[in-house]
Amino acid sequence: MSNPAILVENVTVHYGDVLALDAASLSLEPARICGLVGMNGSGKSTLFKAIMGMIKPDAGRVLINGEPPAKARKEGGIGYVPQSEDVDWQFPLSVRDVVMMGRYGHQGFTRRPSKADRAAVDLALDRVELSEFANRQIGQLSGGQKKRAFVARGIAQGATMMLLDEPFAGVDKRSETTITRLLKELASDGCTILISTHDLHALPQLCDEAVLLMRRVLMHGPPEVVLQPEHLAMAFGLDVLNRDLPDPDLNDRDLPGLTVSNPQGRS
Amino acid sequence: MDLFNILLEPLSYDFMVRAIVTTALAAIVCAVLSCWLVLIGWSLMGDAVSHAVLPGVVLAYIVGAPFALGALVFALIAVTLIGVVRNTSRVKEDAAIGIVFTSLFALGLVLISVTPSQTDLNHIIFGNLLGVSIPDLIQVLVLGVVAFTILILKRRDLTLYAFDPTHAHAIGLSPKRLGALLLGLLALTSVVALQTVGVVLVVAMLIIPGATAYLLTDRFSRMLVIAPVISAVCSIAGIYLSYYLDTASGAMVVLTQGAAFAAVYLFSPRQGLIGTRLAKARRKKAVALAA
Repeated sequence: MSNPAILVENVTVHYGDVLALDAASLSLEPARICGLVGMNGSGKSTLFKAIMGMIKPDAGRVLINGEPPAKARKEGGIGYVPQSEDVDWQFPLSVRDVVMMGRYGHQGFTRRPSKADRAAVDLALDRVELSEFANRQIGQLSGGQKKRAFVARGIAQGATMMLLDEPFAGVDKRSETTITRLLKELASDGCTILISTHDLHALPQLCDEAVLLMRRVLMHGPPEVVLQPEHLAMAFGLDVLNRDLPDPDLNDRDLPGLTVSNPQGRS
Repeated sequence: MDLFNILLEPLSYDFMVRAIVTTALAAIVCAVLSCWLVLIGWSLMGDAVSHAVLPGVVLAYIVGAPFALGALVFALIAVTLIGVVRNTSRVKEDAAIGIVFTSLFALGLVLISVTPSQTDLNHIIFGNLLGVSIPDLIQVLVLGVVAFTILILKRRDLTLYAFDPTHAHAIGLSPKRLGALLLGLLALTSVVALQTVGVVLVVAMLIIPGATAYLLTDRFSRMLVIAPVISAVCSIAGIYLSYYLDTASGAMVVLTQGAAFAAVYLFSPRQGLIGTRLAKARRKKAVALAA
């Protein structure tokens, strides 16, 4: 029996007193595209970090292809596309330089690029249609091109799994279509893709499945089911509005960032 | 006196030759390191570590250990203390850095005041460029070459760490270890530069060249060439100026680097305040002429 590409089992993470993930469980088959939906503070980034092994869960475990994340990292299997705010776009690197960083895991002590590395980078750039911009400084790309540059880095890396953090933020409609097509191609090549987003309209065309996250995995299924309004309301806390609230304090504590029902909760 | 003589005359003194060699070496190593410091936003950290190594250097002097060892230990202590204060209290990072490095620096000054042979140690604070001895020169040479070699061999990893530590982690590298490596090299480089400009002004050598180069290019690989070249030229120019103007040599070196930054800030064709406008005006003129 083959292992799931990503297995998250009862993962609990605290930051100090704050509970970020509460026994979250998720299993994702290879070559699927999965959209991770939840509001800010729902634990999307924490789940990404747990999958990449950047934080050690307080409880539970993560397996990548049946192995601990450290092994998958060493093998270069995990590609990561950061969200725009996390990148210094003024950094003096060309698009090619950034894509070459995908090859570092395959290179020796000084990361001197070989012929094979250069070929892999050229191929990846070609695949995301950025060859003509290869020598541009990364900040001089459009929003969509920036995302594609980082996807190219994952391709050059040979990642079998790609994690994308808000790939559609600041991206125009046309680039969004290009990125959607690109990700679908990658998935059909066997790459497992996990996308974190709170931008819902792009999901049905793109994803094979969707996950609703609110510190726990509330729901996991086909996007058209998961994205139904009554289900979304669970993740975005709107259902709380329609019920009796026995204790507003409790509500405040349980749903940090829920600004609709409790304006004082806005920080 | 022609230019040739102006350049040659100071070289007839051995102490000037030693001063120039030491400064150029320190300037180059500091400049290479500064490229990462300015991009990561570690300028304040550079300031902190370069000051905080003082008690380590003094203690090393007292027990007769290598200065670099004492400096490394206290750089580590400083970084740990900064992290502890930041993470376990409501004090923010810049305040934590300010508290830790000034306290350690003060500790160094106190240690100097109670240690016999004060002249030697006071030089650590303001530098003693013209009094560089042969053993001093050898120490700077060895430490400088070690730091420079590691920086250049590991430059791609360090740049990845500066640009995207998450990706570094994702491909199985350790951002923590790379950060520690950079801090260790910062401590080592501080010792190299102590001799030249002294603890107080080391930070200038650790920031100005990288910042200057950053205004001149969009390629990190070019920054790694531009920064040390500018830094070395400025430092040597600074020494010559101090020789002929009879001014403090370490301070003159820093002043020259500052002047170079100011010139680039104003006239750089890419980023400069005036340079970009001039370039625009030239383009306009060319268009007008063509029409």
